[in-house]
Amino acid sequence: MRDVAIVSFAQLPSVKAIDPSDEPELVQPVTSQAMRQVGLTQDDIGFTCSGSTDYLPGRPFSFVAAVDGLKAWPPIRESHVEMDGAFALFEAWVRLLHGDIDTALVFSFGRCSLGPVPDVLNLQNDPYYVQPLGLDSISAAALQAQAMIDAKKATERDFAEVAARNRKQAMDNPNAHIKGDFDVDAMLEEPYLSSPIRKSFCSPMSDSAAAIVLAAGDKARELVKRPAWIRGIDHRTEPHALGQRDLTASPSAKLAGQKAGVGEGKIDLAELHAPFAHQELILREALGLGEDVDVNPSGGALAANSLMTAGLIRFGEAADRVIAGSANRAVAHTTSGVCLQQNLVAVLEGE
Amino acid sequence: MTDLLSAPYVLEYTYTRSTGPVVGRFLESLRYEVLEGVTTADGRVLCPPLEYDETGEPTTGEFVQLRPSGTVKSWSWVEQPRKAHPFDRPFAWALIQIDGTDNAMLHAVDAGNAKRMNTGMRVRLRWADEKNGSIRDIECFEPMLPYLPGPVRLEYEVRPGEHYTAYLRGLEQGKFIGGRDPASGKVYVPPRAADPVTGNPTGEYVEVADVGVLTTFTIIRIPFEGQILKPPYCFGAIVLDGADMPIYHLISGVPYDEIRMGMRVRAKWKPKEEWETSLENILYFEPTGEPDAAFESYKEHL
Repeated sequence: MRDVAIVSFAQLPSVKAIDPSDEPELVQPVTSQAMRQVGLTQDDIGFTCSGSTDYLPGRPFSFVAAVDGLKAWPPIRESHVEMDGAFALFEAWVRLLHGDIDTALVFSFGRCSLGPVPDVLNLQNDPYYVQPLGLDSISAAALQAQAMIDAKKATERDFAEVAARNRKQAMDNPNAHIKGDFDVDAMLEEPYLSSPIRKSFCSPMSDSAAAIVLAAGDKARELVKRPAWIRGIDHRTEPHALGQRDLTASPSAKLAGQKAGVGEGKIDLAELHAPFAHQELILREALGLGEDVDVNPSGGALAANSLMTAGLIRFGEAADRVIAGSANRAVAHTTSGVCLQQNLVAVLEGE
Repeated sequence: MTDLLSAPYVLEYTYTRSTGPVVGRFLESLRYEVLEGVTTADGRVLCPPLEYDETGEPTTGEFVQLRPSGTVKSWSWVEQPRKAHPFDRPFAWALIQIDGTDNAMLHAVDAGNAKRMNTGMRVRLRWADEKNGSIRDIECFEPMLPYLPGPVRLEYEVRPGEHYTAYLRGLEQGKFIGGRDPASGKVYVPPRAADPVTGNPTGEYVEVADVGVLTTFTIIRIPFEGQILKPPYCFGAIVLDGADMPIYHLISGVPYDEIRMGMRVRAKWKPKEEWETSLENILYFEPTGEPDAAFESYKEHL
């Protein structure tokens, strides 16, 4: 199989609202920066793939409009997934395996500031049995958190400690949205949004955009001194119906982790996409990450959660540390769907 | 920079959805208040029914009728419902395993209070008044209690008797009436059919003061079933001047940490126009401000 690596990553700082920009105005700065960092232009890119959802801006075909942020003439090879940008990266990785091109540009953008995100996310629920009831994303996650408490796998204090740790780690991340040294006891005094979930156990709703450049083989070595090689990458999914799953575990993350080879060597750090604090605990268990693994040095999604972008940012944050040499073997993870329904896991490694 | 434009707008799709033989049959049955599950190839029952189980096997198309009750497998209490939620008052989301099935249905539980929710609780289905062949033909589930209401109500006549009548008539006029047995000389409030020392009726009625000594007391700080007053409150034994037996009443008009044995107290009467044939004509006893009675003077009444 061809070796493919992440060679460049760019992101906009995650903030509550990026007011002045429309979609192309979010895409242009990050894609151009990601390419410029490795001396490329759009003309050097073999394949371009993006991840986003039109339901965030509420604008049909906003993903098409976003291409206006690229130099797309003469026509480029382009594709889109209605998912987080990390899944666009997965498609680009597959495309590079064909062997006829050496580079790919992946980007995503998400603006939570424009619409009712917890209600928008009800649209990913079963349209017959769940959508008509109006199950918002926080309540769905709350059913999972309560199941963990009932199974004695975690306590509310554990959830608060995950949130506090992530936001403390985010203090070193200039792109994080919510960061600081938060008090666990004070979090546990917050009212419930949907019990047992309190506001601090949820990720913030952020606006951001991100881009990554992938390159294969010698092209990657030519572009950067130390590419972040994708040694394994795998995407697995679980049943759609919440009532058909054991919500306290993630067999899909576990299987994806095994297929990606997480357990085949020492992991230095992991960037896990856990939009709710309790989900980090499920993912750590599923991926077999011990106490020695630095989980979410960036602060993770609990510190910055631009939907459709937070997953790609996990890949970028992990890759940047491998490229910089501060980590040798890193896990990048992205989730999609309700209560960790889908999981994409990759192992990134230095030379 | 120029002033940026911004305006509200609504995105709406008037979608219809085809239902098919499995989902369609289930939803159609709901119109008639019939709850059904579908069986899987390996003999399980799914409700809500699906065309395929989680292993990818087609379900059999065989339906079974189910009891409209189940068990909560997980839940989340929503104190402030969102606009799209099925209730505009606090409620719970729950994953409910319908009796006789092997999966769980997401629905709402109308429990009134988060304290009534727990995993493993039993719930019964409540049908919606208006049906339209959707999952909302089930209005919600409601807690099923593992007990029946068992109230007892019997109607009687109260006849307090001669002595107690004299006592209550006294209260009606703002007076405490006690009864004395001339043989023992002791005054009992209220008067009694028999002096417990002599066995004679306490037939000689005397008026005693509405002032006396607080001999002992307790401060109630815990709530209990059927409680009328809001804790904390103080309940005390008062030996009225001229009486040889305490009556019991509320002690108030003083900080609770200043209440003490031997304290001189006086009845705080309701306004006269509110008087009835009842000890409730007295709101409570409050300190008179006199010096405390010596312990020796009331120790025989403890």
